[in-house]
Amino acid sequence: MSAVQETVTEAPAVEAVPKRAMTLGAGSSLVMLALLILVPLFVKNFIIFQLTMLLIYGLAVLALNILTGGSGQFSLGQSAFYAVGAYTSAILIEHVGMNYALTLPIAGVVCFGFGFLFGQPALRLSGVYLALATFALATAMPQLLKLGVFETWTGGVQGLVVTKPDAPFGLPMSQDMWLYYFTLVITVAIYIFSVNLLKSRSGRAFMAIRDNEIAASAMGIDVALYKTLAFGVSAGITGVAGGLGAIAVQFVAPDGYTITLAISLFLGMVVGGVGWLPGSIVGSAFIIFVPNIAEGISKGLSGAVFGVLLFLIIFLVPHGARQIAMIAQQLLGKLKKS
Amino acid sequence: MTQTRPAQGKSPLLAVCDVSVVFGGIIALNGVSFDMHQGQILGLIGPNGAGKTTLFNCLSRLYQPSAGDILLEGESILRRRPHRIAEIGIGRTFQNVALFANLSVLDNVRVGAHSCTNSDIISDSLRLPWVRRGEAALNKRVHEILGYLALDEVAHVTVSGLPFGTQKRVELARALAADPKILLLDEPAGGLNHEEVYALGELIRRIRDDRNVTVLLVEHHMGLVMSIADHVVALNFGRKLAEGTPAMVQSDPDVIKAYLGSKDS
Repeated sequence: MSAVQETVTEAPAVEAVPKRAMTLGAGSSLVMLALLILVPLFVKNFIIFQLTMLLIYGLAVLALNILTGGSGQFSLGQSAFYAVGAYTSAILIEHVGMNYALTLPIAGVVCFGFGFLFGQPALRLSGVYLALATFALATAMPQLLKLGVFETWTGGVQGLVVTKPDAPFGLPMSQDMWLYYFTLVITVAIYIFSVNLLKSRSGRAFMAIRDNEIAASAMGIDVALYKTLAFGVSAGITGVAGGLGAIAVQFVAPDGYTITLAISLFLGMVVGGVGWLPGSIVGSAFIIFVPNIAEGISKGLSGAVFGVLLFLIIFLVPHGARQIAMIAQQLLGKLKKS
Repeated sequence: MTQTRPAQGKSPLLAVCDVSVVFGGIIALNGVSFDMHQGQILGLIGPNGAGKTTLFNCLSRLYQPSAGDILLEGESILRRRPHRIAEIGIGRTFQNVALFANLSVLDNVRVGAHSCTNSDIISDSLRLPWVRRGEAALNKRVHEILGYLALDEVAHVTVSGLPFGTQKRVELARALAADPKILLLDEPAGGLNHEEVYALGELIRRIRDDRNVTVLLVEHHMGLVMSIADHVVALNFGRKLAEGTPAMVQSDPDVIKAYLGSKDS
């Protein structure tokens, strides 16, 4: 056994990876939560609206992160799931007269089914081919929503106007602020569920498939089932985000859910750090605020400025916000020591 | 050239019966039969292209034999899909190590127990009490295995950063996590130095004795096979050349010819 023991002593030379590689520590999570609770109390309604959108896109990026970072499957079709969620909520609120809060779980379930079914043919594809198939879904979706057959429900090209909910129980709160806190509760809940999921047997199965499908199968993992489940979960969360988005924007229309949205979400995931769930909110902030910042720098060349900023990020911190967080952690560690 | 061996007192744990595999026009395996008995270490040897890996892949259900059958405790495994093999007690390692590179040692071994645990995505997301209990039981078991294979210290390290020899032990730990009846080892000595091969041999024997596992060892390294196997099957060109104790197989003229070549060829 001597040789075996020898190899063990070599091993710790490798730097130990932080235990919560996919999540944040308890301390940082609480600080983040406190910020998200307190900030809206001190800003104008328009900013509150933007923060609501930050959370909503954060959810959509998180959903993509579970799919790509977790199970290793690419998707450029998240805008399609987002659209289905948005329309499900909008139709249920406007045509059926359902309470907005009740429409969200329905949007989630509908999208879960949609994603799970879409995952079946996607099983035969991987890597860039899967990205292309999902891309096709994203390009097809706005046109499907415009189809005359569905027009009585979807409003066709015109879309649907959604009534914004008032704060319940006579709470002294603006509509924007109520919707923000409503969204925050849902976002935090889904974040916790996602972290639980990725740390569980199912999440480990996702990640095992991502790293090695044949070995995963030899360990008894039903690769086809878990790949489609990952698609379903991702689509379901995106659907809830879409439903929330419809309520926050008070409007759904086919052209709001084009491939540009899917690419933005993809970008948000990369900027936040693929596979790092807390990065989703950073990625979401990037796709919401950076285009505005770019426009502030130069109106005519906003696209170019955005491109340069994006290029700088990919060049300097290829692992996105996750890398920045790790650098910060190391700096803090050094400060504590000295 | 089917040889059926007389039953050795009790029925075999695993029976390979007349298995043939044809790829296009090439016959990779031609009517190979042998039995594995409870508690054995069976060495499967043969020169390159002899059909060892093909047979191994039939056992782990990556290939479907064109003829013949493979029985575990009298029941055919050929109707099972590849991911339904682990649950009946067949665990395996891979030729060049196929770990989940971005997961920790702990998580790799936890995944190894996938087939003997239960969950669904909703209970997992909500971390229901029964999920927590299951995870606690799993952790206990995984830590026992890590301790057994001296992997405690690296439990939280991502496997891609570990030395090759350690990765091989992680793979063994992962295969043991489901408490298999049969352990299939695909060239475990590949890439190891002399010292490590010797330690590995000891380890395989110890695992067999302590954990009541039957081992099928597919190996190039003759020294390892001859020192630890109870029973050896030699293949060449898809056929069984010889079978018996290591000493018998080693002195078989056909086996010597296959390994060293004959004057005629």
